[in-house]
Amino acid sequence: MSEARPRIAVVTFPGSNDDRDAAWALGALGAEAVPVWHAEPELPAVAAVVLPGGFSYGDYLRCGAIARFAPATAAVVEFAAAGGLVLGICNGFQILCEAGLLPGLLRPNESLAFVCRDVPLTVERADTPFTARCDQGQTLTIPVKHGEGLWYADDELFAELEARKQIVLRYAEPCNGSVDDVAGVVNEHGNVMGLMPHPEHAIDPLLGSADGALILASLVDAARDREPLVVR
Amino acid sequence: MRATVVVRPKHGILDPQGQAVASSLRALGFAVDEARVGRVVDLELEAADPAAARAQLKRMCEQLLANPLIESFEIAVPQP
Repeated sequence: MSEARPRIAVVTFPGSNDDRDAAWALGALGAEAVPVWHAEPELPAVAAVVLPGGFSYGDYLRCGAIARFAPATAAVVEFAAAGGLVLGICNGFQILCEAGLLPGLLRPNESLAFVCRDVPLTVERADTPFTARCDQGQTLTIPVKHGEGLWYADDELFAELEARKQIVLRYAEPCNGSVDDVAGVVNEHGNVMGLMPHPEHAIDPLLGSADGALILASLVDAARDREPLVVR
Repeated sequence: MRATVVVRPKHGILDPQGQAVASSLRALGFAVDEARVGRVVDLELEAADPAAARAQLKRMCEQLLANPLIESFEIAVPQP
């Protein structure tokens, strides 16, 4: 059964600051965004989860390191293990890496400077639930705004990820010093993705680009095709 | 019991913060070849003895204080 407006949870941690933008963008693209507070030990019945950008728990110690222990994060880990769709944007990506749902981790930018600008991205895979509306090889323009966006994996891990085609997005020009210019990755099962650029800030030409809508609308499409998942 | 954990970027891991510190020190006239910046965590914890404390601290490092992909850690507890 497909739902006209699939329910997608947006988790808010103390220090999240793109949660409302993400919820607004999902709503504009045909989903019903369901806010979830970080202290909630269970997720409502939703077809997908978005972990938004921001600075969860002040990003103390390492970005995402504390949010990993939030009750809602534990629920997201179970949701992902049950096959649920999870998208982490910026700080959400950092949290998913710290939680072990995505490979590698995010480190301070090579320049040590905060980067805040539109960047061109190359779509490496258009066959994921997060990129189905894109074409492989397509260039997307989506803004980044981060101080710790250097995605890192050692040589061995990176070779494995390449072989399993887990690299989904690359910066088309150097951005932050990421290994092989990686901007977004998926997990082995393809149901969890993280990216540093902010698709929710690029869903209307008025904002400079509508390319982010291709990513979020892909997620909304995929969520619409799924039953809401309740994990207890 | 007081204990100290030192977390360091692993050997071979790019440390832009350390590079920035080294270049600032060189600008001040110090002959510095390399600087690596890590983190010191001083803890006050309850443990039956130093060995038990060490075991707890190791788990703390593995679970939270360090990320094993890029960081190594050293634990210092009072000698028994």
